[in-house]
Amino acid sequence: MQWETVIGLEIHTQLATESKIFSGAATAFGAEPNTQACAVDLGLPGVLPVLNQGAVQRAVRFGRAIGAEIAPRSVFARKNYFYPDLPKGYQISQFELPVVGRGQVEIVLDDGRVKVIGVTRAHLEEDAGKSLHEDFPGSGGGMTGIDLNRAGTPLLEIVSEPDMRSPEEAVAYARKIHQLVRWIGISDGNMQEGSFRVDANISLRPKGQQAFGTRAEIKNINSFRFLQKALEFEIERQTDILEDGGTVVQETRLYDASKDETRSMRSKEEANDYRYFPDPDLLPLELDDAFIDDATHDLPELPDAMRHRFAAQYGLSDYDASLLTASLAMAHYFEAVVDRCGDAKLAANWINGALAAALNKDDRDIAGSQVSAAQLAGLIARIQDDTISGKIAKQVFDAMWAEGADADTVIEARGLKQITDSGAIEAMIDGIIAANPGQLAQYRAGKEKLFGFFVGQVMKQSQGKANPQQVNAILKAKLAGE
Amino acid sequence: MALDKTDVAKIAHLARLAVDDDALDHYASELSSILDLVAQMNAADTSGVEPMAHPLHMAQRLRPDRVTESNQREHFQQIAPATEGGLYLVPKVIE
Repeated sequence: MQWETVIGLEIHTQLATESKIFSGAATAFGAEPNTQACAVDLGLPGVLPVLNQGAVQRAVRFGRAIGAEIAPRSVFARKNYFYPDLPKGYQISQFELPVVGRGQVEIVLDDGRVKVIGVTRAHLEEDAGKSLHEDFPGSGGGMTGIDLNRAGTPLLEIVSEPDMRSPEEAVAYARKIHQLVRWIGISDGNMQEGSFRVDANISLRPKGQQAFGTRAEIKNINSFRFLQKALEFEIERQTDILEDGGTVVQETRLYDASKDETRSMRSKEEANDYRYFPDPDLLPLELDDAFIDDATHDLPELPDAMRHRFAAQYGLSDYDASLLTASLAMAHYFEAVVDRCGDAKLAANWINGALAAALNKDDRDIAGSQVSAAQLAGLIARIQDDTISGKIAKQVFDAMWAEGADADTVIEARGLKQITDSGAIEAMIDGIIAANPGQLAQYRAGKEKLFGFFVGQVMKQSQGKANPQQVNAILKAKLAGE
Repeated sequence: MALDKTDVAKIAHLARLAVDDDALDHYASELSSILDLVAQMNAADTSGVEPMAHPLHMAQRLRPDRVTESNQREHFQQIAPATEGGLYLVPKVIE
């Protein structure tokens, strides 16, 4: 049987506000335990939540960025469950009326294919605290530690349509949302610190069947690599069950990176019976056009629009354009290089080639590039004016990366300037021909492959600096005896 | 709508309420009559009526995104049964 994979993602992204969604406590990461947990966050009696305007603005920015309807009226609801890191006994979330409605994003796959993925909704909610399951000797053991600094941190939960058909598509979509939230400045997207967490719903169905199969939910995936691996494992697991005539159980599973497998979470009994109801402590959130304009008027050109523009304006492939719009900083870098050197294709090749490789090797992002846009443009200018060949340029780039120096400094210091003096090249070629009479005779007898041998000798002697076009032209003439 | 003993036991568990077995029948009958009242209200024609999210006809006021709270951990932890290293301690949670 041919099975088709169906994947939908729920992404929790922490909104980069100063204070919490319903209290004036700070949200800074890494503070001493419980020093940023106030009476509201602790759920003490008599306190009331007051909604943070900054969180709402960020949600609205996201809605606009995915072309979604911003709800003129949305409602906060209580999601009830008991867990020690949720002191109130409920999480304030949105249920029936979320702030952001249906929207969409485009993903570009490795083969260049572009696919539209629907976003069902995005809603505001508060994060829970953290449970630390380690030994607390002072307590005599058997206790769990609770840090409520994170409790009340604003989250935007972004729910996708079940539009993805492979782990690759799911990863591309997750990366897209990650790119977008950072692009529009609503979240730092820091996955190590838990600012961007992914839950994946995955099911299989016989190819061609309309109805969805039974899904499993994989919780709290905190890297794109783990997302890929968890989904791959889950496809295999569900395929085995279905091929054996079994049925997939609808359940929540956890991905264990150390074993590269998903396993069933000891199901919190009845955990899914959340008994949502409107929170009587919060009035409906009503947003007018003025609020929405204020929150969105300074949105930058969005990544999809910029990718289309790069492809059209600079004649780049979708894939190249998508790499160059991976982040706003990357896009600005590219445009800064193009502005200076005027050759978009050359700029794209250098950025997506040598620069990307160097960034990758040193595990840096574009903001930490050792070679600035102006410096890269300076290097490209030396290729354009024939000071160096493309091949030598790679060598110059590596030195620039290592030393943080300008192209001209490197070229000067290492004597890498291209030899374009045709007299010098002629003299060099005369010498080489004279030194290799045997090869010359064979060449003239029709063994034309030996042309490459002579080119190699010239390049060797000039340490790669002789202008290749001139070498070819002069060598051809000389070998022919002209 | 009538609730039976099993329903009551489940609801009690979700609410973390300890209800004696011999009280289940009693609660089942009382809760059922509450649901009967709800059913009566449910029978009213509400088409064209917007669901009420809050009894006040007002919209949520927003507060500016500013940190206004300072660290009062020592103060708050005075009423906690157990703390260590700044953490609240609770009976072990099994994952």
